[in-house]
Amino acid sequence: MRTPGKRLRIMLVDRLPERTNTVEHALSAAGHQVVARVMAGGDLAAEVAAVSPDVIIIDIDSPDRDTLEHMRTISRERPRPVVMFTNDDNAATIRSAVRAGVSAYVVDGLHASRVLPVLEVAIARFEEFQAMREELEQAKSTLAERKLVEKAKGILMRQTRMDEEAAYKAMRKMAMDRNIRIVDLARTLIAATELLEPQGRKRGP
Amino acid sequence: MKPEKYSLTLGFIPLTDCAPIVIAQELGYFAVEGLNVALSREASWATLRDKVALGILDAAQMLAPMPIASTLGLSGIVRPMVTGMSLGINGNAVTVSSALYARMLEADFAAVVDPRLSARALKRVIEVDQREGRAPMTFAVVFPFSMHNYELRYWLASAGIDPENDVRLIVVPPPQMVANLRAGTIDGCCVGEPWNLLARAEGVGRTVITGQDIWRNKPEKVLAVSKEWADRHPRTHEALLRALIRAARWLDDPVNGEHAAALLSAPGYIGVDAALIAASLPGAEQPDRAPDRNGRPVVNPSCFFASAATFPWRSHAMWIITQMYRWGQLERPVDIGAVAGSVYLGGLYREVAGQIGIEAPAIDVKIEGAHSTPWTLGEAAHAIAMAPDTFMDGRQFDPARSVDYLLSFDIRAPLPAVEGIACRDP
Repeated sequence: MRTPGKRLRIMLVDRLPERTNTVEHALSAAGHQVVARVMAGGDLAAEVAAVSPDVIIIDIDSPDRDTLEHMRTISRERPRPVVMFTNDDNAATIRSAVRAGVSAYVVDGLHASRVLPVLEVAIARFEEFQAMREELEQAKSTLAERKLVEKAKGILMRQTRMDEEAAYKAMRKMAMDRNIRIVDLARTLIAATELLEPQGRKRGP
Repeated sequence: MKPEKYSLTLGFIPLTDCAPIVIAQELGYFAVEGLNVALSREASWATLRDKVALGILDAAQMLAPMPIASTLGLSGIVRPMVTGMSLGINGNAVTVSSALYARMLEADFAAVVDPRLSARALKRVIEVDQREGRAPMTFAVVFPFSMHNYELRYWLASAGIDPENDVRLIVVPPPQMVANLRAGTIDGCCVGEPWNLLARAEGVGRTVITGQDIWRNKPEKVLAVSKEWADRHPRTHEALLRALIRAARWLDDPVNGEHAAALLSAPGYIGVDAALIAASLPGAEQPDRAPDRNGRPVVNPSCFFASAATFPWRSHAMWIITQMYRWGQLERPVDIGAVAGSVYLGGLYREVAGQIGIEAPAIDVKIEGAHSTPWTLGEAAHAIAMAPDTFMDGRQFDPARSVDYLLSFDIRAPLPAVEGIACRDP
């Protein structure tokens, strides 16, 4: 987790230079650093990769939102918190969006005094979300691994007429002897079986 | 029966296929239904989607995969969405920079002149780059959950190019595509009109294949609302659909093309030259394309109404879900048919079309890619003339065998839970 008061590296994506100036001053005064200012257009994805900001602040009416949205779906691009600001008068609905926890919006335009607290909230939420997602990934992969081991055990039982416990013990011993994880052994076993007895789904046309 | 709500705000993105919404407004089709509609031009699909999810917009033009992605929680706030009609079929093209086009011609001339083989020429260029240790080329689409993304990937993969590893894929807003091609920040893109035509007109890019060549008469945009909105405003929803179906029918008549283009070119709508918009409306000749083998000019196949273009085919939605799996956007097992049926409301369309005497398909699902020539859909009160629906590689998509279809592709994301992906008899 981020320690409070840490200096943040911020990227600002905005069409209005005057507005960006005010915000940049406020952020600097609070000890943060605006590492990039992007007007619009160009290769925003490359820019984010090159600059590697801790957080991105963007006008909700910037077309570049779709570019950032895409980057969030690519696992190899490190996801970053995105703070959006808007002049829309739908304050209540937008606050409910913030509570939904997916996006962080700043209402009433990008007033410098509003940016900092929302920035903190956005980053905290983002980290919560990331942590939850990682937990979920972890749980999913554990489940997937267990399924693989079960499948390999089934193959072994079918081929050797061992009972379940014997099959599991045999696999565990083999994995220990080779100094590999039991799930990796299961993978090898399944792959070898599929190679020897191709009975999977038909490929074509 | 009076609508529950009269004053509505509809979102759109400045593209040729926002036409049904603009025409329904300008020619009074909404007014005839007693609706007082305000149109809101949005700058990004993500913002448009959030506004529909939050109720700031009542309804909006969306990319065909977007309501499915929101329903499945793959994109933004998890919010079930529905569509009662398609806003048109076809559109989009793959355009490469003039520099890449020259390299492709040099690498494999025969492939470039046949759109369906054109990716082969790109493959040769990529092989050279890989041998010489150059960084992968960059291609852009307009949104991760778009037909553009699936079309570009389908085309790349058809020649053995892995979209995840052999190129770099990014998202660029459509109005910025031409500038990026010119600046060399992207090497190619898949985008709707008028941006391909503009790239060609400004001499910065060449179209190598159209969406029509990849999958003939494919889905493109839909009118989407949140499920909650649809449940609370059923009569308003029907009134909206009636107005838009009528506008689509008007748009499909080529004699209306010039009038439509003039309306659409206004700065508040698309804001580009009317002649370019006209070139992307039904029946227009494509200045971008060489004549076909018989010397006939290539006609833009954008289609708003004919061939049941406004019908929300559940089989379209099911194909889209297979592509979400294919490219790793969807990783958990779902019932493909059930999800598709909860978002694409063929029954609602039939109801509404019946109210205004418009023929509607009596079935929700067809085998996609089974018709290489014009055909007749018999499952309707009066048979409907349909255009071909083939894929570039001749594959057929039988929705009842969605999982087998998915597994038939060599280039795809791993499917960890393939046993769990259900496909209830659709």
